[in-house]
Amino acid sequence: MNAIAPARPAAEIGCTDAPVLYERGQREVFCGLTGIVWLHRKIQDAFFLVVGSRTCAHLLQSAAGVMIFAEPRFATAIIEERDLAGLADANAELDRVVTRLIERRPDIRLLFLVGSCPSEVIKLDLHRAAQRLSETFAPKVRILSWSGSGIETTFTQGEDACLSALVPDMPAEAADAPPSLLVVGALAEVVEDQFLRLFAELGIDRVRFFPPRRSDDLPPVGPRTKLLLAQPFLAETARLLEKRGAARLPAPFPLGVEGTTGWIGAAAEAFGIDDARFDAVVAPRAERARAALARQREKLDGKSLFFFPDSQLEVPLARFAARELGMRLVEVGTPYLHRGHLAAELALLPAGTALSEGQDVEKQLDRARAARPDLTVCGLGLANPLEAEGLATKWSIELLFTPVHGFEQAADLAELFARPLVRRSRLKV
Amino acid sequence: MQLTVWTYEAPPHVGAMRIAAAMEGVHYVLHAPQGDTYADLLFTMIERARKRPPVTYTTFQARDLGGDTAELFKTSVKEAYERFRPQALMVGASCTAELIQDDPGGLAQALGLPVPVVPLELPAYQRKENWGAAETFYRLVRTLAGPSVPPPGSKRTAREPGEHASTSAPRCNVLGPTSLGFRHRDDVHEITGLLHRLGIAVNVVAPLGASPADLARLGEADFNVVLYPEIAYQAAQWLERSFGQKSTKVVPIGTGATIDFVREVAALAGVDPAPVLDGVTSRAPWYARSVDSTYLTGKRVFVFGDATHAIAAARVAAEELGFEVVGLGTYSREFGRELRAAAAKYGVAPLITDDYLEVEETIAAAHPELVLGTQMERHTAKRLGVPCAVISAPVHVQDFPARYSPQMGFEGANVLFDTFVHPLMMGLEEHLLQMFREDFEFHADAAPSHLGSHAAPGARVEAPASAPAPEPVPANAAPATAALAIAAAGPVSPVPSADGGPVSAPPLRWAADAEKELHKIPFFVRGKARRNTERFAQDRGLSLITVETLYDAKAYFSR
Repeated sequence: MNAIAPARPAAEIGCTDAPVLYERGQREVFCGLTGIVWLHRKIQDAFFLVVGSRTCAHLLQSAAGVMIFAEPRFATAIIEERDLAGLADANAELDRVVTRLIERRPDIRLLFLVGSCPSEVIKLDLHRAAQRLSETFAPKVRILSWSGSGIETTFTQGEDACLSALVPDMPAEAADAPPSLLVVGALAEVVEDQFLRLFAELGIDRVRFFPPRRSDDLPPVGPRTKLLLAQPFLAETARLLEKRGAARLPAPFPLGVEGTTGWIGAAAEAFGIDDARFDAVVAPRAERARAALARQREKLDGKSLFFFPDSQLEVPLARFAARELGMRLVEVGTPYLHRGHLAAELALLPAGTALSEGQDVEKQLDRARAARPDLTVCGLGLANPLEAEGLATKWSIELLFTPVHGFEQAADLAELFARPLVRRSRLKV
Repeated sequence: MQLTVWTYEAPPHVGAMRIAAAMEGVHYVLHAPQGDTYADLLFTMIERARKRPPVTYTTFQARDLGGDTAELFKTSVKEAYERFRPQALMVGASCTAELIQDDPGGLAQALGLPVPVVPLELPAYQRKENWGAAETFYRLVRTLAGPSVPPPGSKRTAREPGEHASTSAPRCNVLGPTSLGFRHRDDVHEITGLLHRLGIAVNVVAPLGASPADLARLGEADFNVVLYPEIAYQAAQWLERSFGQKSTKVVPIGTGATIDFVREVAALAGVDPAPVLDGVTSRAPWYARSVDSTYLTGKRVFVFGDATHAIAAARVAAEELGFEVVGLGTYSREFGRELRAAAAKYGVAPLITDDYLEVEETIAAAHPELVLGTQMERHTAKRLGVPCAVISAPVHVQDFPARYSPQMGFEGANVLFDTFVHPLMMGLEEHLLQMFREDFEFHADAAPSHLGSHAAPGARVEAPASAPAPEPVPANAAPATAALAIAAAGPVSPVPSADGGPVSAPPLRWAADAEKELHKIPFFVRGKARRNTERFAQDRGLSLITVETLYDAKAYFSR
């Protein structure tokens, strides 16, 4: 084990077996369609066609600011009354819309048909539609499907569903291939490049990222693949990759210095990198990141923090805020707590942290009002009303859209927590 | 199925939310899947509401579909009533819940709550936001004011002077303003002031700021002022049938329309309009007559928006600024008749569509010098290199300015003058540029001073495909409609249009002398002259542009 990687704690410490408040009430969260907002920037030759209602189209334009794109690489095929009444054959309509779209966008190589609540409820089989349309448009355009419906997915689970749809198309890695590392979860390109350099210095050369930037560049997977999750919301993707033989490396997530060290450390251990090499590569970067963090820690040390459930990043973020910024955790809410993938995180979380899963937003707001935390991480629907009640907030969505992973972004991540407090202290009226 | 990249209107339940969020003392329980709560951010982020909209969502998931979603709905209604204690409860379904047919109205009625329950049936696969808002307002008015409707056949009793303790003045309701409305907040202030100056008392403003108790006494007014027919026309029709209240037909946007409105209201109220009309202090008519405005004459303007704002803006453009209306359209199909009538007045083809790409094509074909539209037309105009002012919803965070900025009334007319004129190059500046063109300071690369910091190096005024008038978008015009876009810094960058413009490009050459002649034309109209000439040549199948072609085209396009 590496000297500066956190020793894997014994099961009884942290929050490994901590009780979780499980709530089933109104959930103030986005559906999985929202993932399209970042996925279409990540996979740059893919088009996302939501088969849904005007609500889906309106969600996407409200969430993404579609007007900033001349021709965004996503659209909605809006189901109309005649489709429901059986006056039009929904599959024929879908074929017509897809044909028109592909004619209009010859640059598209991969088309995702994305299911929605209405398409799920009327049982429109997009998987079969994708197979049928693939036959028509192969080899120029591949067509796959996944569901971002709110009845099945919460916010970041959309990425999980999208990546899951890509797994069957990943080429098989040769049985005699040397071990390779597969980093799973959409990351900013700058972060990918930092990690690539870091792994290369450690001597891990066969590193691929999933999703890739181009759809025809899917990484291979097989029994020689070591799987390192960069995001905590990829339960199904990980399961499918493990089914194809990949071995998941248990690790904390690369948020903050400690998380990143543990995450890199898991790879280093799996690839047999010796401690001296690990320390030589990682220690200077960790030290630089810690120095950068120190300034933000001054502003945040001892401040209380409340997480509303949103992105499933809450547990790693809370671990970072508590252990590296000195913040006090009032409540850590998450839409879904994956104990397996979060095992290393839960072990590091301060014992006694109040954890909640699911949501009953009114009750949770009552708890937040009673606790009056110094900072509340919540969605956009709640932020201004809480600010109006005098509570400082951080939009959780920004934690997802800003590059926050890795050593070089640790201070940026801390600054996202500090900014609302700094801003409040500056405003005099 | 309709392929949609962007939509002018939200689904109809968002229209219902606009009514609920505008009012006090109501609560809306919406049977809707997880994720539909995104609509809250329209209110809290775009309008910067200090409170969440008064909406409870059932947020059902797949596992609930196997069980009892109806029970989930009933529980949500009960809990919402207990927690919020509204004076009236609205219940309905979003698009997905409509498909599972749980009958929210019936379920809620069966609970026997001690307050009126208003079931809303808003067909999500046929209708849109404004229709949903209008239907919701109508249902609320009907439910709450219904009990005070005089029995059929009985005449509405004339109100006794002094019956209302405060005043014997004529009274009206002001109907239509909502949450997320385009400047509704300020319009209400402006028009209420105007009515007071006429000696007319305002009985109820609704839905904005009204409670269910206020809606119950709508019948006490003498007549109704309908500010936004898209929202209030249906309710006003019912009030006329039930209480004999006449309603206004003129929407007071622009000086002329405001004067017409004052006369109409005065006639309905039986008061003298002179005190208001004699003291009109609006600057806009004088500004339009000042010599500096001469350059506005005949500017080609394309207008698109909701029907009310588009029709009003066309009138202001034509009659109060001396522009030429070269296109008029709306996404409000419900008001197609009104729009067609207005278009006929200006001799243009009416454009009734909710496909923004069709709007873009029509704008490009009309070659306007100014676009008055929604936020989407602002982006379209930017791509086409044409100045633009925003006159209509769908709303954007910029449409809720901190300052007072009505569209209606005499102050609204002043606001419109500034709004329509500022995107254009200042008149005097245009003359000076022409006089000193190609001077060492007024060369093609120097952007006009009024563009301030936008005169960045590299912002060449004349590029082959760019427009004569430089991009007039103010510095604060970041594309921040969407709340998330604010956060989406970094990885997001605009995707250039695959097809730069409407012009396809068969081989076309400029003769050297024609190119030289082109450069004698002032730089800020040169781009347009080049485009017009090329279009003229293409239309005629010419492959070489000579000096003669240039002047043929000039003659052809001159007006």
